[in-house]
Parts: sequence; C-alpha cells; structure tokens
Amino acid sequence: MAAPLLEVRDLGVRFTTRDGQVTVLDDVSFTLERGERISFVGESGCGKSMTALALMGLLPAMGQVSGGMINFKGEDLVTASESRMRQIRGNEISMIFQEPMTSLNPVFTIGRQIAEVLQLHRGLDRRAALARAIDLLEAVRIPNAAARIDDYPHQLSGGQRQRVMIAIALACEPEILIADEPTTALDVTVQAEIFALLRDLGAKLETAIILITHDMGAVAQMAERMLVMYAGRRVEEGRVADIIKASAHPYTRGLISCVPHITADATRRLDRLPEIDGIVPPITSFGRDACLFAPRCGRASEACHGGRPAQAEVAGHKAHSVACWHPHDGGA
Amino acid sequence: MAGQDSDHALVVENLSVAYPLKGRDRAGARRRLLAVDDVSFAIPRGTTLGIVGESGSGKTTAAMAAARLVPHSGGTIHLDGEDFGALDAAALRRARQRVQIIFQDPYSSLNPRLRAAEIVREPMLYAGRTDRAEQERIIDELFEAVGLRPEQKSLFPHQFSGGQRQRIGIARALSTRPSLIICDEPVSALDVAVQAQILNLLKSLQRQFDLTYLFISHDLGVVQHMCDEIAVMYMGKFMEQASRDSFFAAPGHPYSRALLDAVPSIEAVDRPRPPLLDGAVPDLSEPQTGCRFASRCPHALPRCENEVPVLADATGAEGHHRLACHRADDIGPAASG
Repeated sequence: MAAPLLEVRDLGVRFTTRDGQVTVLDDVSFTLERGERISFVGESGCGKSMTALALMGLLPAMGQVSGGMINFKGEDLVTASESRMRQIRGNEISMIFQEPMTSLNPVFTIGRQIAEVLQLHRGLDRRAALARAIDLLEAVRIPNAAARIDDYPHQLSGGQRQRVMIAIALACEPEILIADEPTTALDVTVQAEIFALLRDLGAKLETAIILITHDMGAVAQMAERMLVMYAGRRVEEGRVADIIKASAHPYTRGLISCVPHITADATRRLDRLPEIDGIVPPITSFGRDACLFAPRCGRASEACHGGRPAQAEVAGHKAHSVACWHPHDGGA
Repeated sequence: MAGQDSDHALVVENLSVAYPLKGRDRAGARRRLLAVDDVSFAIPRGTTLGIVGESGSGKTTAAMAAARLVPHSGGTIHLDGEDFGALDAAALRRARQRVQIIFQDPYSSLNPRLRAAEIVREPMLYAGRTDRAEQERIIDELFEAVGLRPEQKSLFPHQFSGGQRQRIGIARALSTRPSLIICDEPVSALDVAVQAQILNLLKSLQRQFDLTYLFISHDLGVVQHMCDEIAVMYMGKFMEQASRDSFFAAPGHPYSRALLDAVPSIEAVDRPRPPLLDGAVPDLSEPQTGCRFASRCPHALPRCENEVPVLADATGAEGHHRLACHRADDIGPAASG
C-alpha cells in the first residue's frame, strides 16, 4: 500500500504562558488519504483548530510543536523552514475559516484577492490570473461571475463570501483543504449548498478535506471518517457510519445524543435531553496522566482518574479505535 | 382568536412592521420595507411557540414588535387579555416588566461592571419593586432555580463560563415574573454540550413557573424539542403554522420542506441528498404581487407570481395546521426525515 498523503504521528503542541508551559495537543495521530474527507469533532477548546494550525505552520507565537511529526508526501512539516511553509500554504494545503467576512480583505475586490494566490504560487500574470479568477467564481457557482470579480466583499452575502473563500482556497488545486467550522455563521439552506460545493469540488480536484465541526449532522453529511477530540487528545477514531451506529467512547455518545435531532415521528417526545455534565477543563489541566474526561463521565472509575487510557482497537472493528478504560461495547 | 382570551399569554393579530425608505415609488407613495407583513399568532399560557426561518426572514423583528421594542405599523397585541399594543408611553413603561428577553449572546448581553446578583436585581428596580428583602428572596430563589451557587452572586460576568452566563441571563428574565419570555436563539452561541444543559433548564423552569415562551430559532431540531406550536416565516410572512406534531409529521409548505431537507442528519449517512433551493429572494422594498417564495419554489406556477396566497387550513391535516400555498393540495402532505 502506498504511503498516505498525510501522516500525523504523536503530535504534541505546548504553549508558553506566564505560569509556565501548558500542553495543548497531546500525542495526536491520524492519517489522511488522497481525496479523503475526515472530520475533527469536539467542543471548543479541545484542540481541533490547533491541530489544523499546526499542520499549516500557523501556531500562535506562544505555541510550539513539542514532539511528533507531520509527514506530508514524505516531508516532515514540523522541521520545514518558514519559506518552505509559505510555498505550501495556500498552494498544497489551504484553509477556510468560520467567518467569511473577516477572512476577506474589505479594501480589495474579490477578483484581485483570488488572482493574488495565482500570481504568487503559479506565476501567472495579472491578466491571466483574473481570467482564471472568473473560472473559479463560476466553479463555486456565483452567478454572473465575469461582472462580480469587481465586487468588494461587502457587496456579497455571507454565503457568497464563503464561496469566494473556497475559490481562493482551491485556486491552486491543493492536496488538502482544511475547513474550520465553515458554515457556523450561515443559514441551514446556505450550509447545504456550501457542503454540496465542497463535496463536488473535492471529488473533482481529488482534494482531501479536513472538516472541523461540533455538529454530528454535518459530520454525517460531509465526512467518511472522524476523529473525536477531547482536551487536546484523540479519544475515538473510525468510520463515520460505524461511530454514529455504535460509538465506543462515552464522550462521543454524549456529543451525539445531547443534540435534539429532527424526527418525523413527532409523538416521540423527549422530556430531557441527555446532558454531558460540566464543561471542558481549562488547558492548564491538560496533559495529566489520567483520562481527562473522567470528571464529566458517568462510567468513570478509579482507574480513569489514575492513568491515561491508550488508544486501542474496538474489538471486532478494524479502523475503529478508542482511548477509554470503560468503552461502550462496539456492537451495542 | 379573541383578543380578550385570558387563557392566552399573548395574542397578536395582523401585526405588520414597516421601515421607511428613501424616495417614492411609481405611484408616488413613500417607499417602505415591509419586514413583517400581516402576521397573527396566539400563545396559550404555559406553552411555547417557535418561529423558524432564515436570517432576514423577520422572525426577530416580529417578536420585538410584539414586545413593543420595535414600533409596529399595523395590527393588535394583547398581553394577558390587555391591549398591550395601545398602551401610551407611561403605561408601556410600567408594563414592560411583563415581557422579558433571553438573548443569543451571553457575552454581550450582561453588563460587565455589575455583579451577578445586581444583574438579576436590575429589572426589579426598573419595575419599581423596591422591597430589598423581597428582592433578596427572589434572587436567592432564582439562583437556585437556574443552577447557580449562592456564593456566585457576588462574581462578575467574566468570572463565569458561557453556559453559566446564560443562566444569569435567564434568572434576570425571570426576576419580574413576566407573562411572556422571548427566547431569541438562546443556545446558538453556546458550545454543543452546554446547549443541552440550557434547553433542559428552560424546559424545567417552564414547568416550575408556568412560563410562556416565544422561541426564535433557525435550528429545527431545537424547535422540535422545545415548542408546542411552530410558525415558519419567510420574507416577513408566515408560510406555515401548525402544532408541533402535525408540522413534523407532515410539513406542507415547499419552503418548510426545503428547510427540513437542508438540516444535516445523523440518520442521513447514506441518504440521497435532496435538491437545493435555487433562485433569488424578492426585494421587499417593492410591493409583493405573489408568493414571496415563488422565485425559489420548485412547484411554482404563474398563479404563484400573480396572487398572494393566504394562510388557510390545510386539507386533511389533524388538528391545527395552516398553510399559505396555492399548490398545497396538488403537492400533498409529505413525510419529513
């Protein structure tokens, strides 16, 4: 079997704060194949976005990779130089963000912002880059693209701005597109359009997609595999269909069941939603040798507070693994 | 719907909100934007009405107009059987305490310079409830009801998590014992696990204090969980209005179905994907001659562009179910999901 497009192994990230070093990512591992769609799932503050920023070489100034490797097409991005990362960013790995308004520059036309990427990475001249920008706007289904390239971001709706971000991100036909909560600020009908666009373009360009979200419905619609993260660690990983059918980690179960899902049988009425008690711990308590979910977990025992569970395969399910002392039965 | 019906906390009839625009139209009348156009609803005491729709549909404006926080250009508003819409400025000021709001963003809706107890006390001060001992009793009771500890009364908002801040906002809304609470996207700014905690709290408080909610949301899953009655709003108009069970069993309006289809579902891993909505939204600064949804509707006929459909009882529906669609009978009720 050929090597995967991306292999992240035991990635650790630390922040240097006034109170000393804190762990932000703790031995995160996963692989990504060409054209595959994976989703990082978890609450805010669990390290989903930080993992993405580490891939892009865009950690905040106080953060540094403390261990592990990021193998992208045979090259370790952890040790890559800043100038090499500049060649990769926006070209081979690109990213779109939650808020399309603040990601676009308000004082340049959208045509110019798309063209900039092509001039920088592909060496196109201005005229050729603008012509290509029109093609890209058409590809992201903005009507009347030739006239719209002279528009400024404020003249577009939220959904259209996110399409422009996608056009910029895909301009160089990258191998990996990271989408960090790309539809949180958008209406549900617009979200459906953006997801359809990402799936279609991803398949056409053979671009692998990393979708960062807390919405299990979005995961079900967009991704083939998912990586559930909690407090800077991977707690469960597997195929989306397997995990939704029979998640092994209590945290994953909580994330799936605490959201009211629409049912056609409206007579089935839950009086209370199942809750996950409490909130994500502060990062100062990350990195301890214990299960960090134990204080919120109904299944926790002494073992959970006394040692970190290893990532292990769920019995009888290949490619489905969990880090838990008392996992739910994979078949249940 | 009788305006004096005292079983209803709120009865709104033919409510409209128009914003003046610059200039005049072809007929020489002042141009205006009809943000809410002839909307009627009633909420029985102790129940929840949900208004759903995309951003810009007018759902928040309709609720704010019902609370008289936005001036209405037409229609009547009765609160507890009293003509709330006709109160003059002084009487309105006294009556304001009877409608409270829980806001979307618990970070920007609490005064950062007030301690938690003072935030909860403030509405009582404005309502003229000056008995200090009585205030303290209510604050203590509400802190316990929303799941905050007594020693947290003296903390400032920045010392709380997002979910705890929303609990303070809820306690504040309850402090004057309002007849109606408007919940404007009360969980959409919260983390996914905290959303369930707050939704459960809102439901248990409703039982405990017999609260009436007007619940505004774009999340149909949340609305299904929370509401007894649903109204679907599009471009200032109600498209469909039904009891919860009837709506989700058989959504009748093409727009309602499009909204439901667009919600990503965990049951849909292998489901074929429904067609997407196409087309442009109408310009509400122009007078509307037909169905506002016609430009995006897959079932639209010429009639839909020339005649505004009225909200009428749906054929064959069980219980209360009304639709504004010329083609409701042709396309028939559909099962959702």
